[in-house]
Amino acid sequence: MKIKELVLRYKVFLILLAVNVAVGLAAPEIGMRSLAASKRNLLEMLSIIPPVFLLLGLLDVWVDRATMIRYTGRGSGLRGMLLSFLLGSAAAGPLYAAFPVASMMLKKGSSVFNVLIFVGAWSTTKIPMVTFEAANLGLRFTLTRLCLNILGIILIAVITEHLLTKKEQEELYRLNEG
Amino acid sequence: MIKYVLYALAVGGLLLSCSKDRKKTKMALKKAWKSFENILPQFLTVLILIGLALAVLDEKTISRFLGSESGMPGMLGAVVIGSITLIPGFVAFPLAAALLESGAGYMQIAAFVSSLMMVGIATLPMEIKTFGKKMAVVRNLAAVVFSIVSACVIGVIL
Repeated sequence: MKIKELVLRYKVFLILLAVNVAVGLAAPEIGMRSLAASKRNLLEMLSIIPPVFLLLGLLDVWVDRATMIRYTGRGSGLRGMLLSFLLGSAAAGPLYAAFPVASMMLKKGSSVFNVLIFVGAWSTTKIPMVTFEAANLGLRFTLTRLCLNILGIILIAVITEHLLTKKEQEELYRLNEG
Repeated sequence: MIKYVLYALAVGGLLLSCSKDRKKTKMALKKAWKSFENILPQFLTVLILIGLALAVLDEKTISRFLGSESGMPGMLGAVVIGSITLIPGFVAFPLAAALLESGAGYMQIAAFVSSLMMVGIATLPMEIKTFGKKMAVVRNLAAVVFSIVSACVIGVIL
């Protein structure tokens, strides 16, 4: 029973793993390359996961719902948006590490808009990444892209929030409860 | 660099929390593990998806798509490649710089960089788990459209 549950929970992963092995047998070169890429990503994940989840756990225990709602909830206004933006920009790690944090924000009562701003900032305005981008692609390109993307983050957040009905937003909060 | 800051914050926070309330700290650790365990199946799925995507779309293939004179189709191709793959910044930016040098336009590069950052098809399983299907799909579609528009703007300005 226990094993069956486990298999069920990891079924997508197991199927993909089988596909990967099959690809590796059919085309060893591609299989090796995907293995190397997966390994590189796994190492990156392992290096970033411990502190992110530790901080998440601490946040969960020490920051109560009322505080989170006051700072980033509905009606937190410009300050809440700015705070979410800075929180995302100060982050490290790839976009997928942002989702557990976003989930925690929703659980604690942040507004959908602010969570979207946070994820947007995490994806495109992370400070260390931007400096590296400027070093590689030049300041003019980087600054232009940055200005456009900040605008884009806000636009995407507005559009996404407005396309969700009230019921769907409630559903979203329920999805991230507990 | 920022990784060390993150580790320092986490360890510092843990010590501070421990000195204030051991029981709460224990709970925090338990919750940390729980939220990790909760997302682990999606994590592993994403790992394989990225591996497969990168195996098919390696740097050579990307260069061929986005090379010089690829024009509008090249830009759209850049959005597709950027959306599917998930390349860490320390690999993507040098690659983008090399593409620029070998003749790719700013428009293609902007499309590639923007979609790479904002759109995550490989990471959709994780995003859906957090945001639900509709919100995840809407956010990604909006990001695709935005990547195209901003690439056009950059193509005109630069």
